[in-house]
Amino acid sequence: KIERSERERGRKMGIRFILMVNKQGQTRLAQYYEWLTLEERRALEGEIVRKCLARNDQQQCSFVEHRNYKIVYRRYASLFFMVGVDDDENELAILEFIHLLVETMDKHFGNVCELDIMFHLEKAHFMLEEMVMNGCIVETSKANILSPIQLMDKAH
Amino acid sequence: MNPFSSSTRLRDMIRSIRACKTAAEERGVVRKECADIRASINENDPHDRHRNLAKLMFIHMLGYPTHFGQMECLKLIASPGFPEKRIGYLGLMLLLDERQEVLMLVTNSLKQDLNHTNQYVVGLALCALGNICSAEMARDLAPEVERLIQFRDPNIRKKAALCSTRIVRKVPDLAENFINAASSLLKEKHHGVLITGVQLCYELCTINDEALEFFRKKCTEGLIKTLRDITNSAYQPEYDVAGITDPFLHIRLLKLLRVLGHGDADASDLMTDILAQVATKTESNKNAGNAVLYECVETIMAIEDTSSLRVLAINILGRFLSNRDNNIRYVALNMLMKAIAFDDQAVQRHRVTILECVKDPDASIRKRALELVSLLVNENNVKQLTKELIDYLEISDEDFKEDLSAKICSIVEKFSPEKIWYIDQMLKVLSEAGKFVKDDVWHALIVVITNASELHGYTVRALYNAVLTYSEQETLVRVAIWCIGEYGDLLVNNVGMLGIEDPITVTECDAVDVIVDAITRHNSDMTTKAMALVALLKLSSRFPSISERIKDVILKQKGSLLLEMQQRAIEFNSIVERHKNIRSSLVERMPVLDEATFNVRRAGSLPASVTTMAKPSVSIPNGVSAAPLVDLLDLGSDDILAAPSSSSGADFLQDLLGVDLGSSSAQSGATPAPKAGTDLLLDILSIGTPSPAQNSTSAIDLLSTADMNNNSSTALDTLSSSAPPHIATTASAGGMFDLLDGLSTSPSKEATNGPAYPPIVAYESSSLKIEFTFSKPSGNPQTTNVEATFINLSPNTFTDFVFQAAVPKFLQLHLDPASSNTLPANGGKVTQNLRVTNSQHGKKSLVMRMRIGYKVNGKDVLEEGQINNFPRGL
Repeated sequence: KIERSERERGRKMGIRFILMVNKQGQTRLAQYYEWLTLEERRALEGEIVRKCLARNDQQQCSFVEHRNYKIVYRRYASLFFMVGVDDDENELAILEFIHLLVETMDKHFGNVCELDIMFHLEKAHFMLEEMVMNGCIVETSKANILSPIQLMDKAH
Repeated sequence: MNPFSSSTRLRDMIRSIRACKTAAEERGVVRKECADIRASINENDPHDRHRNLAKLMFIHMLGYPTHFGQMECLKLIASPGFPEKRIGYLGLMLLLDERQEVLMLVTNSLKQDLNHTNQYVVGLALCALGNICSAEMARDLAPEVERLIQFRDPNIRKKAALCSTRIVRKVPDLAENFINAASSLLKEKHHGVLITGVQLCYELCTINDEALEFFRKKCTEGLIKTLRDITNSAYQPEYDVAGITDPFLHIRLLKLLRVLGHGDADASDLMTDILAQVATKTESNKNAGNAVLYECVETIMAIEDTSSLRVLAINILGRFLSNRDNNIRYVALNMLMKAIAFDDQAVQRHRVTILECVKDPDASIRKRALELVSLLVNENNVKQLTKELIDYLEISDEDFKEDLSAKICSIVEKFSPEKIWYIDQMLKVLSEAGKFVKDDVWHALIVVITNASELHGYTVRALYNAVLTYSEQETLVRVAIWCIGEYGDLLVNNVGMLGIEDPITVTECDAVDVIVDAITRHNSDMTTKAMALVALLKLSSRFPSISERIKDVILKQKGSLLLEMQQRAIEFNSIVERHKNIRSSLVERMPVLDEATFNVRRAGSLPASVTTMAKPSVSIPNGVSAAPLVDLLDLGSDDILAAPSSSSGADFLQDLLGVDLGSSSAQSGATPAPKAGTDLLLDILSIGTPSPAQNSTSAIDLLSTADMNNNSSTALDTLSSSAPPHIATTASAGGMFDLLDGLSTSPSKEATNGPAYPPIVAYESSSLKIEFTFSKPSGNPQTTNVEATFINLSPNTFTDFVFQAAVPKFLQLHLDPASSNTLPANGGKVTQNLRVTNSQHGKKSLVMRMRIGYKVNGKDVLEEGQINNFPRGL
């Protein structure tokens, strides 16, 4: 019997997903902290990307409400970082979190670009793992986030 | 790596996918890669596993199915090396679909890794567990995680803390085991441990009241000290963001203080000083500082009354609102909505600024501001605010008009001080955004108009003027033609002039022109045209001098491509031509519609009372959906001949489809003949037809046409009361026809004679559970009464809930109306009784196909399934 009653119900869980999307709208990294089917994910990503990419004006705010999510997004060069959160999450803090994520990746890859993430997808995920667990922030020090990853690189 | 491996490298795969020009090409490449990966998995070469999984992750990210890789993850997790384990756990977290057998298989590996000597392996296991663990795993592994909260390395402690938040969320009973461990984390210096420890405490407080009391008593002062320390801390490069030390930790601490202070004056009192310090000392020229201020304001507003702090908070919001940065303005609007609850006056002071935000070019800001404005409205400012909003409606973006007009309408309906004002405002909205206005809104307008007898003349003249200018606004046209049909004589004779009106000259011909215009416009929809035809019939009586012209217009509709229009035209024509004596009484002015009844029905809290009158607004494309009806009639025609007692085709059909069973007195003494017809047709269709109220609802849902008047007013029901009810049922039957496709014959089983039948779970999905309980009426072994209970498992309310079922020919099914068509969120229940008669009792078991339709947040959801697990012998 399929176990699905395990899904988060009612209770807020902070960050629900993190997407990195290029300006053509192609997903380059997707990490979900709640379970969605493949079809749901594809549909959701499509809708969000359409909505966010249409808001190209610099003056517009970085928040979009979609379904029961609030999307906090920020563009760095050709990459959009989008974070889906619950309604009562601190939007400004999430914006700051995106910046921390980018700085961390910059520190590791040296000016991170789309190709870095594509070709080192698992590394990008390892970094995320060190930063977010189950939709909550684990660590905010770049050195602490990167040290296990660098340790493994050395071991190889 | 195996040099003889046939599969491509990860990089090469990504390159070839990136080189694809079309989606079809990409699918081709992915299909080929997946085939290679499967082949490679079958070869079972451990060296390829790592690469296969990396590829699968990429393919998964692109949105292709990768479930076949799940077992590979388990193998990698079970392998001894750290790199393999690491990618294995990552794959597990990404590719996992919630299949319990996979989770069960991984529990043992997790347990071993949580006890591993290498702390990095322990970290991996904690991370995976924290992201995916189920309730069962939580129970199994909680002791390990509890122990790891005290591990020597802080990097493990922090992960164990967050892992515990998931465990206590999955199994709230375990919460008390973690309270002591969590409170010890609050004393740490390591930021990672602190932030996760605070999170764990927060989680425990929301789950467990004892935990809340415990932390409130023991930890409030400590938390305040921690917050003070980081607020005053010297520059720490590792955690500094624009001059703030670790804003993330600030925010977490403020969140936890909020929970502790809420509802407890003592705890609130303790934190006053530090909150005041954060609110006044935090730099507000950078995003990080504003994020902390924002959180601080929310905490101030949630804790017990400390009015001086609240003034501070409102001032911060005022500053935010006038900020040039849109992000800051957005959060200000967001927070002001919460502030209204305790200080309406303070928020009202910002009304002008908020109204400006409604006109912002940024859609997110507009949406927030509009929500806020609708909360600000009261009896005193409704006129002014409505005027502002309606003025803006004229110039707003097309895509904002729908939201804006809906809000204006709800404000006007709620706070309208007088009827004439209400009618004026609604007319303005309909003129500007009539095509976006929902049915229930203009239905309500008509109800109000009929009730305002002294304003009939005024309204019809205003509508006439409006429709000349805004003839493209569909709902405006509908209301106008309805009113002209009803009150055309008041229009041409300037009856009941109000002082504020300018006299206008409208001839009878002019009035008819408006209606002719609506009926001949190519983009008028079926509802509008049908309403126009009815209006013409009424005017032919009100304007005898031009009734010849009206007759010609009606006659033309005999050639309409819409079946409904054709039929109506023929009927109306014969009324005009041959039944002049009854015409005037047929088209007398509508009686005043009962507002109270309408409002109750509109609220939709109860299923609408049974109405057998058809709706005039059926947007069936001619001939398409009607086809099943024709089939039905063909099937039934023999029976019509065989059953002379049925008086008319319409009644008969009505009877056949079970629309009106029991409610029509004519049928009360029905001979067995039509009854047999019913059974026969039901048998042919193998369909249980729900009773009338339900039936029309389901028809509407199935067609999902926008303008079906599901909850329409009596006005509309009676607009063309002569329309036979088959329109509604056709749709329903059409929908149910799908159910017949591929209906499998049930497996034949030997019946047992067990007298008691256990209840079953007939269906379960992530959002919905259906339980059946059974009973047998004494003396009739063939019949089973089934009570179906529908349980909403999701956090969203289901509306327009409809359950349909189909059974094979040897069964007969009768559905009673459901107890409600709305399922409240989180365990809300609806029951419905079914009666199944098994003509093969003792030989065959029950089997049923079902389809459930409902709406979640306005979106249609359809679930289908087959129920095979009926107890034997029913």
